[in-house]
Amino acid sequence: MLRKRSIVEINEKIRKGRAVVLTAEQVAAMGREATPAEVAEKVDVVTTGTFGPMCSSGMFINFGHTDPPMRMEKITLNNVPVFGGIAAVDAYVGATETALPHDQYGGAHVIEELIAGKDVLLQATAKGTDCYPRTEVKTLLNKATVNEMIMFNPRNAYQNYNVAVNSTSKMKFTYMGTLLPSFGNATFSTSGELSPLLNDPEMRTIGIGTRIFFGGTTGYVAWHGTQFNTGKPVNEHGVPIGNSATLALIGNAKEMSTRFIRAAYFEKYGVSIFVGVGIPIPVLDEEMARRVMVRNSQIETNIIDYGSPGHDLLGRVNYESLFSGEITLNGKKIRTAPLSSVRVAREIAETLCREITAGRFMLTAPVEAFRKTTGLNSLEIRL
Amino acid sequence: MKSRRFVLTFPPEATGEPITYNLIRKFDIMVNIVKADVSPGQVGHLVMEMTAPSKILKEGMEYMKERNVECVPIDRTITYQKDLCVHCGACSAVCFAGALTMNRSTAELVFDAEKCVVCELCLTACPLKLFSIDLG
Repeated sequence: MLRKRSIVEINEKIRKGRAVVLTAEQVAAMGREATPAEVAEKVDVVTTGTFGPMCSSGMFINFGHTDPPMRMEKITLNNVPVFGGIAAVDAYVGATETALPHDQYGGAHVIEELIAGKDVLLQATAKGTDCYPRTEVKTLLNKATVNEMIMFNPRNAYQNYNVAVNSTSKMKFTYMGTLLPSFGNATFSTSGELSPLLNDPEMRTIGIGTRIFFGGTTGYVAWHGTQFNTGKPVNEHGVPIGNSATLALIGNAKEMSTRFIRAAYFEKYGVSIFVGVGIPIPVLDEEMARRVMVRNSQIETNIIDYGSPGHDLLGRVNYESLFSGEITLNGKKIRTAPLSSVRVAREIAETLCREITAGRFMLTAPVEAFRKTTGLNSLEIRL
Repeated sequence: MKSRRFVLTFPPEATGEPITYNLIRKFDIMVNIVKADVSPGQVGHLVMEMTAPSKILKEGMEYMKERNVECVPIDRTITYQKDLCVHCGACSAVCFAGALTMNRSTAELVFDAEKCVVCELCLTACPLKLFSIDLG
Protein backbone atom coordinates (compact mmCIF):
# COMPACT_ATOMS: atom_id res chain seq x y z
CA MET A 1 0.00 0.00 0.00
CA LEU A 2 1.19 3.52 -0.81
CA ARG A 3 2.77 5.43 2.01
CA LYS A 4 1.27 8.87 2.33
CA ARG A 5 3.46 11.70 1.12
CA SER A 6 3.92 14.96 3.02
CA ILE A 7 4.56 18.33 1.43
CA VAL A 8 7.93 18.39 3.20
CA GLU A 9 8.87 15.12 1.47
CA ILE A 10 7.67 16.41 -1.89
CA ASN A 11 9.72 19.59 -1.47
CA GLU A 12 12.77 17.48 -0.66
CA LYS A 13 12.28 15.62 -3.95
CA ILE A 14 11.85 18.93 -5.78
CA ARG A 15 15.11 20.20 -4.27
CA LYS A 16 16.92 17.06 -5.39
CA GLY A 17 15.39 17.32 -8.88
CA ARG A 18 13.61 14.00 -8.43
CA ALA A 19 9.98 15.12 -8.23
CA VAL A 20 7.58 13.87 -10.89
CA VAL A 21 5.46 16.83 -11.95
CA LEU A 22 2.65 16.63 -14.50
CA THR A 23 0.00 19.07 -15.65
CA ALA A 24 -3.63 18.38 -14.76
CA GLU A 25 -4.35 17.59 -18.42
CA GLN A 26 -1.53 15.07 -18.56
CA VAL A 27 -2.67 13.35 -15.39
CA ALA A 28 -6.31 13.34 -16.58
CA ALA A 29 -5.16 11.55 -19.74
CA MET A 30 -3.02 9.18 -17.66
CA GLY A 31 -6.09 8.44 -15.57
CA ARG A 32 -7.82 6.77 -18.52
CA GLU A 33 -5.45 3.84 -18.12
CA ALA A 34 -4.01 4.11 -14.63
CA THR A 35 -5.76 3.69 -11.28
CA PRO A 36 -5.62 6.36 -8.55
CA ALA A 37 -3.21 4.12 -6.64
CA GLU A 38 -0.85 3.95 -9.64
CA VAL A 39 -1.04 7.71 -10.20
CA ALA A 40 -0.40 8.32 -6.50
CA GLU A 41 2.62 6.03 -6.69
CA LYS A 42 4.15 7.76 -9.72
CA VAL A 43 3.21 11.44 -9.49
CA ASP A 44 4.27 13.94 -6.83
CA VAL A 45 2.76 17.19 -8.04
CA VAL A 46 0.05 18.19 -10.51
CA THR A 47 -0.02 21.72 -11.90
CA THR A 48 -3.20 23.55 -12.79
CA GLY A 49 -3.98 26.79 -14.60
CA THR A 50 -6.74 29.17 -15.52
CA PHE A 51 -6.93 32.36 -17.55
CA GLY A 52 -10.40 33.83 -17.63
CA PRO A 53 -12.10 37.17 -17.18
CA MET A 54 -12.27 37.73 -13.42
CA CYS A 55 -14.11 40.72 -12.04
CA SER A 56 -13.47 41.40 -8.36
CA SER A 57 -9.84 42.15 -9.14
CA GLY A 58 -7.75 45.22 -8.50
CA MET A 59 -4.47 46.66 -7.37
CA PHE A 60 -3.24 48.70 -4.42
CA ILE A 61 -0.77 51.38 -5.41
CA ASN A 62 1.38 53.75 -3.39
CA PHE A 63 2.33 56.78 -5.47
CA GLY A 64 5.04 58.18 -3.21
CA HIS A 65 4.80 61.60 -1.57
CA THR A 66 5.05 64.96 -3.31
CA ASP A 67 6.94 67.89 -1.83
CA PRO A 68 5.07 69.57 -0.16
CA PRO A 69 3.00 66.50 0.67
CA MET A 70 -0.64 65.94 -0.17
CA ARG A 71 -3.46 63.87 1.29
CA MET A 72 -4.99 62.85 -2.05
CA GLU A 73 -8.78 62.62 -2.02
CA LYS A 74 -10.30 62.53 -5.48
CA ILE A 75 -7.87 60.59 -7.65
CA THR A 76 -7.89 59.44 -11.26
CA LEU A 77 -5.39 57.40 -13.28
CA ASN A 78 -5.79 57.96 -17.03
CA ASN A 79 -9.15 59.54 -16.08
CA VAL A 80 -10.33 56.36 -14.36
CA PRO A 81 -11.43 57.11 -10.76
CA VAL A 82 -9.46 55.10 -8.23
CA PHE A 83 -10.29 54.70 -4.54
CA GLY A 84 -8.16 56.96 -2.37
CA GLY A 85 -10.00 56.67 0.90
CA ILE A 86 -7.22 54.65 2.48
CA ALA A 87 -4.34 57.02 3.24
CA ALA A 88 -2.55 60.06 1.81
CA VAL A 89 -0.98 58.44 -1.27
CA ASP A 90 -2.37 54.91 -1.22
CA ALA A 91 -5.13 53.98 -3.64
CA TYR A 92 -6.97 50.93 -4.93
CA VAL A 93 -7.45 50.60 -8.67
CA GLY A 94 -10.62 48.60 -9.14
CA ALA A 95 -10.51 46.59 -12.37
CA THR A 96 -14.11 47.31 -13.37
CA GLU A 97 -14.10 51.06 -12.67
CA THR A 98 -14.47 53.04 -15.89
CA ALA A 99 -13.51 56.44 -17.22
CA LEU A 100 -17.07 57.55 -17.90
CA PRO A 101 -18.40 58.41 -20.39
CA HIS A 102 -15.76 56.26 -22.12
CA ASP A 103 -16.83 53.05 -20.45
CA GLN A 104 -14.68 50.83 -22.67
CA TYR A 105 -11.53 51.91 -20.81
CA GLY A 106 -11.25 51.16 -17.12
CA GLY A 107 -9.19 50.16 -14.14
CA ALA A 108 -8.18 46.90 -15.81
CA HIS A 109 -6.60 48.85 -18.66
CA VAL A 110 -4.74 51.11 -16.20
CA ILE A 111 -3.41 48.01 -14.42
CA GLU A 112 -2.34 46.42 -17.72
CA GLU A 113 -0.59 49.61 -18.85
CA LEU A 114 1.24 49.95 -15.53
CA ILE A 115 2.36 46.31 -15.68
CA ALA A 116 3.55 46.94 -19.26
CA GLY A 117 5.76 49.75 -17.89
CA LYS A 118 3.85 52.57 -19.56
CA ASP A 119 3.36 56.06 -18.17
CA VAL A 120 -0.05 56.72 -16.64
CA LEU A 121 -1.55 60.16 -15.92
CA LEU A 122 -2.23 60.82 -12.22
CA GLN A 123 -4.59 63.64 -11.31
CA ALA A 124 -5.71 64.29 -7.75
CA THR A 125 -7.23 67.01 -5.64
CA ALA A 126 -7.43 67.54 -1.88
CA LYS A 127 -8.75 70.09 0.59
CA GLY A 128 -5.29 70.58 2.07
CA THR A 129 -4.43 70.15 5.74
CA ASP A 130 -1.77 71.55 8.07
CA CYS A 131 0.34 68.43 7.61
CA TYR A 132 -0.59 67.88 3.93
CA PRO A 133 -0.83 71.40 2.45
CA ARG A 134 -0.83 70.54 -1.27
CA THR A 135 -4.28 70.67 -2.91
CA GLU A 136 -3.72 69.34 -6.42
CA VAL A 137 -1.35 67.27 -8.49
CA LYS A 138 -1.04 66.31 -12.14
CA THR A 139 1.85 64.16 -13.23
CA LEU A 140 2.91 60.99 -15.00
CA LEU A 141 3.91 57.85 -13.15
CA ASN A 142 4.90 54.30 -14.01
CA LYS A 143 5.86 51.10 -12.24
CA ALA A 144 9.44 52.26 -11.75
CA THR A 145 8.40 55.49 -10.02
CA VAL A 146 5.72 54.22 -7.62
CA ASN A 147 6.56 52.46 -4.37
CA GLU A 148 4.21 49.48 -4.51
CA MET A 149 1.81 47.85 -6.91
CA ILE A 150 0.09 45.05 -5.01
CA MET A 151 -2.49 43.05 -6.89
CA PHE A 152 -5.19 42.00 -4.48
CA ASN A 153 -8.15 40.24 -6.01
CA PRO A 154 -10.99 39.49 -3.59
CA ARG A 155 -12.58 36.86 -5.83
CA ASN A 156 -10.69 34.84 -8.44
CA ALA A 157 -10.43 31.27 -9.68
CA TYR A 158 -14.09 30.29 -9.39
CA GLN A 159 -14.32 26.59 -8.73
CA ASN A 160 -17.02 26.14 -11.33
CA TYR A 161 -19.35 28.48 -13.18
CA ASN A 162 -22.63 28.55 -15.05
CA VAL A 163 -23.25 28.05 -18.75
CA ALA A 164 -25.12 31.05 -20.19
CA VAL A 165 -27.88 30.86 -22.80
CA ASN A 166 -30.53 33.35 -23.94
CA SER A 167 -34.15 32.29 -24.47
CA THR A 168 -35.40 35.70 -25.59
CA SER A 169 -35.74 37.04 -29.13
CA LYS A 170 -33.18 39.78 -28.48
CA MET A 171 -29.40 39.70 -28.26
CA LYS A 172 -28.21 39.90 -24.63
CA PHE A 173 -24.93 41.56 -23.73
CA THR A 174 -23.55 40.03 -20.54
CA TYR A 175 -20.36 39.29 -18.64
CA MET A 176 -20.75 35.86 -20.22
CA GLY A 177 -20.24 37.49 -23.62
CA THR A 178 -22.77 38.22 -26.35
CA LEU A 179 -25.67 35.78 -26.13
CA LEU A 180 -27.48 35.29 -29.41
CA PRO A 181 -31.30 35.18 -29.27
CA SER A 182 -33.36 31.99 -29.21
CA PHE A 183 -30.61 29.82 -27.75
CA GLY A 184 -28.29 30.82 -30.63
CA ASN A 185 -25.23 30.02 -28.52
CA ALA A 186 -24.09 28.92 -25.07
CA THR A 187 -21.03 30.39 -23.38
CA PHE A 188 -19.03 28.99 -20.48
CA SER A 189 -15.96 30.10 -18.58
CA THR A 190 -13.56 27.55 -17.16
CA SER A 191 -10.37 25.71 -17.92
CA GLY A 192 -12.21 22.53 -16.87
CA GLU A 193 -9.89 19.69 -15.93
CA LEU A 194 -7.01 22.21 -15.78
CA SER A 195 -8.80 24.48 -13.32
CA PRO A 196 -7.16 24.80 -9.87
CA LEU A 197 -10.15 24.32 -7.57
CA LEU A 198 -11.62 21.54 -9.70
CA ASN A 199 -8.48 19.50 -9.05
CA ASP A 200 -8.77 19.86 -5.28
CA PRO A 201 -12.52 20.33 -4.83
CA GLU A 202 -12.44 19.94 -1.07
CA MET A 203 -9.43 22.26 -0.79
CA ARG A 204 -7.33 19.82 1.20
CA THR A 205 -4.09 21.33 -0.14
CA ILE A 206 -5.20 24.87 -1.01
CA GLY A 207 -5.78 27.30 1.85
CA ILE A 208 -4.60 30.55 3.36
CA GLY A 209 -0.96 31.12 2.48
CA THR A 210 -0.71 28.72 -0.47
CA ARG A 211 2.01 29.81 -2.89
CA ILE A 212 0.74 30.08 -6.45
CA PHE A 213 1.51 31.32 -9.96
CA PHE A 214 -0.23 34.68 -10.20
CA GLY A 215 -0.17 36.91 -13.27
CA GLY A 216 3.27 35.72 -14.34
CA THR A 217 4.96 35.80 -10.96
CA THR A 218 4.70 34.14 -7.56
CA GLY A 219 1.67 35.06 -5.52
CA TYR A 220 -0.26 33.74 -2.56
CA VAL A 221 -3.75 32.76 -1.56
CA ALA A 222 -4.66 35.51 0.94
CA TRP A 223 -8.03 34.27 2.09
CA HIS A 224 -11.06 32.48 0.79
CA GLY A 225 -12.61 34.55 -1.98
CA THR A 226 -15.79 36.57 -1.67
CA GLN A 227 -19.02 34.68 -2.40
CA PHE A 228 -17.15 31.57 -1.24
CA ASN A 229 -19.68 28.78 -1.10
CA THR A 230 -18.89 25.20 -0.21
CA GLY A 231 -22.56 24.36 0.22
CA LYS A 232 -23.23 23.56 -3.44
CA PRO A 233 -24.35 20.06 -4.37
CA VAL A 234 -21.62 17.77 -5.70
CA ASN A 235 -21.98 15.14 -8.42
CA GLU A 236 -20.97 11.49 -8.17
CA HIS A 237 -17.34 12.46 -8.87
CA GLY A 238 -17.30 14.83 -5.90
CA VAL A 239 -17.24 17.94 -8.08
CA PRO A 240 -19.45 20.91 -7.07
CA ILE A 241 -22.07 21.78 -9.67
CA GLY A 242 -22.26 25.48 -10.57
CA ASN A 243 -20.35 28.37 -9.04
CA SER A 244 -19.00 27.47 -5.61
CA ALA A 245 -15.60 28.13 -3.97
CA THR A 246 -13.41 31.15 -4.82
CA LEU A 247 -9.99 32.50 -3.81
CA ALA A 248 -8.70 35.90 -2.72
CA LEU A 249 -5.24 36.31 -4.22
CA ILE A 250 -2.31 38.62 -3.60
CA GLY A 251 0.92 39.27 -5.47
CA ASN A 252 3.47 41.83 -6.61
CA ALA A 253 2.02 43.43 -9.75
CA LYS A 254 5.39 45.05 -10.55
CA GLU A 255 6.65 41.56 -11.37
CA MET A 256 3.59 40.52 -13.36
CA SER A 257 3.40 40.18 -17.12
CA THR A 258 0.79 41.40 -19.59
CA ARG A 259 0.89 37.90 -21.03
CA PHE A 260 -1.03 36.79 -17.95
CA ILE A 261 -2.92 39.97 -17.00
CA ARG A 262 -5.08 41.43 -19.78
CA ALA A 263 -7.78 44.07 -19.68
CA ALA A 264 -11.11 43.18 -21.24
CA TYR A 265 -14.27 44.98 -22.27
CA PHE A 266 -17.52 43.08 -22.66
CA GLU A 267 -19.87 44.89 -24.98
CA LYS A 268 -22.61 46.86 -23.19
CA TYR A 269 -21.57 45.25 -19.92
CA GLY A 270 -18.29 46.80 -18.93
CA VAL A 271 -14.65 46.30 -18.12
CA SER A 272 -13.18 43.16 -16.64
CA ILE A 273 -9.73 41.60 -16.53
CA PHE A 274 -8.21 38.30 -17.63
CA VAL A 275 -6.13 36.93 -14.76
CA GLY A 276 -3.70 34.05 -15.02
CA VAL A 277 -3.63 31.75 -11.99
CA GLY A 278 -1.85 28.43 -11.52
CA ILE A 279 -1.81 26.29 -8.41
CA PRO A 280 0.33 23.20 -7.79
CA ILE A 281 -1.49 20.32 -6.12
CA PRO A 282 0.64 17.91 -4.08
CA VAL A 283 -0.46 14.30 -4.59
CA LEU A 284 -0.49 13.45 -0.91
CA ASP A 285 -2.31 10.14 -1.20
CA GLU A 286 -4.56 7.99 -3.34
CA GLU A 287 -7.60 10.18 -2.63
CA MET A 288 -5.73 13.26 -3.86
CA ALA A 289 -4.67 11.31 -6.97
CA ARG A 290 -8.30 10.50 -7.66
CA ARG A 291 -9.11 14.21 -7.48
CA VAL A 292 -6.37 15.42 -9.84
CA MET A 293 -7.31 12.73 -12.36
CA VAL A 294 -10.68 14.46 -12.90
CA ARG A 295 -11.69 14.71 -16.55
CA ASN A 296 -13.92 17.20 -18.36
CA SER A 297 -16.59 14.50 -18.76
CA GLN A 298 -16.80 14.26 -14.95
CA ILE A 299 -17.21 18.00 -14.32
CA GLU A 300 -20.73 19.30 -14.64
CA THR A 301 -22.37 22.69 -14.41
CA ASN A 302 -25.74 24.36 -14.68
CA ILE A 303 -27.22 25.86 -17.83
CA ILE A 304 -28.73 29.22 -16.90
CA ASP A 305 -31.07 31.36 -18.98
CA TYR A 306 -29.55 34.85 -18.82
CA GLY A 307 -32.56 36.11 -20.75
CA SER A 308 -34.98 35.40 -17.90
CA PRO A 309 -35.14 37.92 -15.02
CA GLY A 310 -34.66 35.21 -12.42
CA HIS A 311 -31.84 33.49 -14.34
CA ASP A 312 -33.78 30.26 -14.63
CA LEU A 313 -31.99 26.92 -14.36
CA LEU A 314 -32.57 24.97 -17.56
CA GLY A 315 -30.40 21.92 -17.23
CA ARG A 316 -27.05 20.40 -16.47
CA VAL A 317 -24.15 19.62 -18.82
CA ASN A 318 -20.57 18.38 -18.56
CA TYR A 319 -17.47 20.14 -19.88
CA GLU A 320 -16.63 17.39 -22.33
CA SER A 321 -19.83 18.33 -24.19
CA LEU A 322 -19.22 22.05 -23.79
CA PHE A 323 -15.69 21.82 -25.22
CA SER A 324 -16.99 19.71 -28.13
CA GLY A 325 -18.56 22.86 -29.61
CA GLU A 326 -22.18 21.78 -29.33
CA ILE A 327 -24.66 20.80 -26.64
CA THR A 328 -28.28 19.68 -26.84
CA LEU A 329 -30.88 21.38 -24.69
CA ASN A 330 -34.53 20.29 -24.89
CA GLY A 331 -33.83 18.65 -28.24
CA LYS A 332 -32.23 21.76 -29.74
CA LYS A 333 -28.58 21.77 -30.72
CA ILE A 334 -26.75 24.82 -29.40
CA ARG A 335 -23.30 26.01 -30.46
CA THR A 336 -20.98 26.44 -27.47
CA ALA A 337 -18.04 28.79 -26.96
CA PRO A 338 -15.60 29.31 -24.12
CA LEU A 339 -14.70 32.69 -22.59
CA SER A 340 -11.72 31.43 -20.61
CA SER A 341 -8.56 30.61 -22.52
CA VAL A 342 -7.53 26.97 -22.25
CA ARG A 343 -4.57 27.84 -24.47
CA VAL A 344 -3.13 30.24 -21.86
CA ALA A 345 -4.28 28.06 -18.92
CA ARG A 346 -2.23 25.23 -20.44
CA GLU A 347 0.76 27.56 -20.78
CA ILE A 348 0.43 28.48 -17.08
CA ALA A 349 0.23 24.83 -15.98
CA GLU A 350 3.25 23.99 -18.18
CA THR A 351 5.22 26.97 -16.84
CA LEU A 352 4.51 25.96 -13.27
CA CYS A 353 5.44 22.38 -14.12
CA ARG A 354 8.83 23.55 -15.49
CA GLU A 355 9.50 25.82 -12.50
CA ILE A 356 8.80 23.06 -9.98
CA THR A 357 10.78 20.47 -11.93
CA ALA A 358 13.72 22.88 -12.03
CA GLY A 359 13.52 23.40 -8.26
CA ARG A 360 12.59 27.07 -8.51
CA PHE A 361 9.08 26.80 -7.05
CA MET A 362 8.49 25.04 -3.73
CA LEU A 363 5.12 23.89 -2.47
CA THR A 364 3.49 25.19 0.68
CA ALA A 365 1.09 23.67 3.16
CA PRO A 366 -1.84 25.98 3.92
CA VAL A 367 -1.25 28.13 7.01
CA GLU A 368 -4.91 27.58 7.71
CA ALA A 369 -7.64 25.61 5.94
CA PHE A 370 -10.76 27.35 4.64
CA ARG A 371 -13.92 27.18 6.65
CA LYS A 372 -16.95 25.37 5.28
CA THR A 373 -20.00 27.44 4.43
CA THR A 374 -23.62 26.58 3.95
CA GLY A 375 -24.66 29.13 1.34
CA LEU A 376 -24.66 32.80 0.44
CA ASN A 377 -26.59 35.71 1.87
CA SER A 378 -28.76 37.76 -0.46
CA LEU A 379 -29.19 41.49 -0.03
CA GLU A 380 -32.55 42.10 1.52
CA ILE A 381 -34.30 45.36 0.58
CA ARG A 382 -35.42 46.61 3.98
CA LEU A 383 -36.57 50.17 3.17
CA MET B 1 -24.48 39.32 -65.39
CA LYS B 2 -22.98 40.01 -62.05
CA SER B 3 -22.52 37.74 -59.01
CA ARG B 4 -22.18 39.24 -55.59
CA ARG B 5 -22.46 37.96 -52.04
CA PHE B 6 -24.77 39.68 -49.60
CA VAL B 7 -25.71 39.42 -45.94
CA LEU B 8 -29.47 39.83 -45.56
CA THR B 9 -30.81 40.74 -42.15
CA PHE B 10 -34.53 40.16 -41.72
CA PRO B 11 -36.57 42.02 -39.11
CA PRO B 12 -38.95 39.72 -37.16
CA GLU B 13 -42.01 40.98 -39.10
CA ALA B 14 -40.50 40.27 -42.54
CA THR B 15 -39.77 36.61 -42.08
CA GLY B 16 -43.37 35.67 -42.91
CA GLU B 17 -42.94 36.86 -46.50
CA PRO B 18 -41.16 34.64 -49.05
CA ILE B 19 -38.49 37.21 -49.92
CA THR B 20 -36.07 34.85 -51.67
CA TYR B 21 -38.89 33.20 -53.62
CA ASN B 22 -39.98 36.62 -54.86
CA LEU B 23 -36.41 37.55 -55.79
CA ILE B 24 -36.32 34.49 -58.03
CA ARG B 25 -39.85 34.64 -59.44
CA LYS B 26 -40.43 38.36 -59.77
CA PHE B 27 -36.91 39.55 -60.57
CA ASP B 28 -35.36 36.45 -62.13
CA ILE B 29 -32.34 36.68 -59.87
CA MET B 30 -30.25 33.51 -59.58
CA VAL B 31 -29.92 32.83 -55.88
CA ASN B 32 -27.44 30.62 -54.07
CA ILE B 33 -27.96 30.46 -50.32
CA VAL B 34 -24.63 30.09 -48.53
CA LYS B 35 -25.82 30.28 -44.95
CA ALA B 36 -29.26 30.69 -43.36
CA ASP B 37 -30.34 31.43 -39.83
CA VAL B 38 -33.99 32.39 -40.06
CA SER B 39 -36.83 31.58 -37.67
CA PRO B 40 -40.39 32.97 -37.77
CA GLY B 41 -40.90 36.00 -35.56
CA GLN B 42 -37.21 36.58 -34.99
CA VAL B 43 -34.34 38.54 -36.50
CA GLY B 44 -32.85 36.34 -39.20
CA HIS B 45 -29.65 36.27 -41.24
CA LEU B 46 -29.17 34.95 -44.72
CA VAL B 47 -25.93 34.92 -46.62
CA MET B 48 -26.45 34.47 -50.34
CA GLU B 49 -24.91 34.94 -53.69
CA MET B 50 -27.15 36.74 -56.18
CA THR B 51 -26.51 36.64 -59.90
CA ALA B 52 -28.35 39.00 -62.29
CA PRO B 53 -27.70 42.02 -64.52
CA SER B 54 -26.77 45.06 -62.39
CA LYS B 55 -30.08 46.79 -63.07
CA ILE B 56 -32.10 43.78 -61.89
CA LEU B 57 -29.90 43.33 -58.83
CA LYS B 58 -30.53 46.95 -57.93
CA GLU B 59 -34.30 46.45 -58.28
CA GLY B 60 -34.13 43.35 -56.10
CA MET B 61 -32.22 45.26 -53.44
CA GLU B 62 -34.79 48.05 -53.63
CA TYR B 63 -37.57 45.49 -53.14
CA MET B 64 -35.86 44.17 -50.01
CA LYS B 65 -35.26 47.66 -48.67
CA GLU B 66 -38.98 48.42 -48.94
CA ARG B 67 -39.62 45.37 -46.75
CA ASN B 68 -37.04 46.47 -44.15
CA VAL B 69 -34.67 43.69 -45.11
CA GLU B 70 -31.13 44.95 -44.73
CA CYS B 71 -28.97 43.88 -47.67
CA VAL B 72 -25.25 44.46 -47.26
CA PRO B 73 -22.79 43.37 -49.95
CA ILE B 74 -19.76 41.47 -48.73
CA ASP B 75 -16.88 43.33 -50.22
CA ARG B 76 -15.22 44.12 -46.95
CA THR B 77 -13.09 41.73 -44.94
CA ILE B 78 -12.49 41.16 -41.26
CA THR B 79 -8.98 41.17 -39.87
CA TYR B 80 -7.71 40.60 -36.34
CA GLN B 81 -4.48 41.09 -34.45
CA LYS B 82 -3.55 37.45 -34.08
CA ASP B 83 -0.38 38.13 -32.10
CA LEU B 84 -2.40 39.80 -29.31
CA CYS B 85 -5.15 37.15 -29.20
CA VAL B 86 -5.50 35.20 -25.94
CA HIS B 87 -7.71 32.51 -27.54
CA CYS B 88 -10.54 33.01 -25.08
CA GLY B 89 -13.18 32.08 -27.65
CA ALA B 90 -15.65 34.93 -27.03
CA CYS B 91 -15.68 35.82 -30.74
CA SER B 92 -16.50 32.24 -31.73
CA ALA B 93 -19.67 32.49 -29.62
CA VAL B 94 -21.26 34.98 -32.02
CA CYS B 95 -19.86 33.71 -35.31
CA PHE B 96 -22.96 32.04 -36.74
CA ALA B 97 -21.16 31.66 -40.08
CA GLY B 98 -18.62 29.32 -38.50
CA ALA B 99 -15.59 31.33 -39.61
CA LEU B 100 -14.26 31.66 -36.06
CA THR B 101 -13.89 28.35 -34.25
CA MET B 102 -11.77 26.86 -31.50
CA ASN B 103 -9.34 24.09 -32.38
CA ARG B 104 -10.07 21.34 -29.88
CA SER B 105 -6.54 20.02 -29.50
CA THR B 106 -4.52 23.26 -29.58
CA ALA B 107 -7.28 25.31 -27.87
CA GLU B 108 -6.43 28.10 -30.31
CA LEU B 109 -8.73 30.32 -32.32
CA VAL B 110 -8.99 29.45 -35.99
CA PHE B 111 -10.22 32.04 -38.49
CA ASP B 112 -11.45 30.79 -41.85
CA ALA B 113 -11.82 33.97 -43.91
CA GLU B 114 -13.64 32.04 -46.65
CA LYS B 115 -16.57 31.42 -44.33
CA CYS B 116 -16.71 34.96 -42.97
CA VAL B 117 -19.87 36.84 -43.93
CA VAL B 118 -18.67 40.12 -42.41
CA CYS B 119 -21.63 40.34 -40.01
CA GLU B 120 -19.26 42.29 -37.73
CA LEU B 121 -20.52 40.66 -34.53
CA CYS B 122 -16.95 39.67 -33.64
CA LEU B 123 -15.91 43.33 -33.55
CA THR B 124 -17.95 43.91 -30.44
CA ALA B 125 -17.79 40.37 -29.00
CA CYS B 126 -13.98 40.37 -28.70
CA PRO B 127 -13.20 41.57 -25.15
CA LEU B 128 -9.75 42.69 -26.31
CA LYS B 129 -11.10 44.59 -29.33
CA LEU B 130 -8.71 42.89 -31.74
CA PHE B 131 -11.01 42.73 -34.77
CA SER B 132 -11.37 45.42 -37.40
CA ILE B 133 -12.95 45.90 -40.80
CA ASP B 134 -10.67 46.10 -43.80
CA LEU B 135 -12.44 48.18 -46.42
CA GLY B 136 -10.17 46.88 -49.14
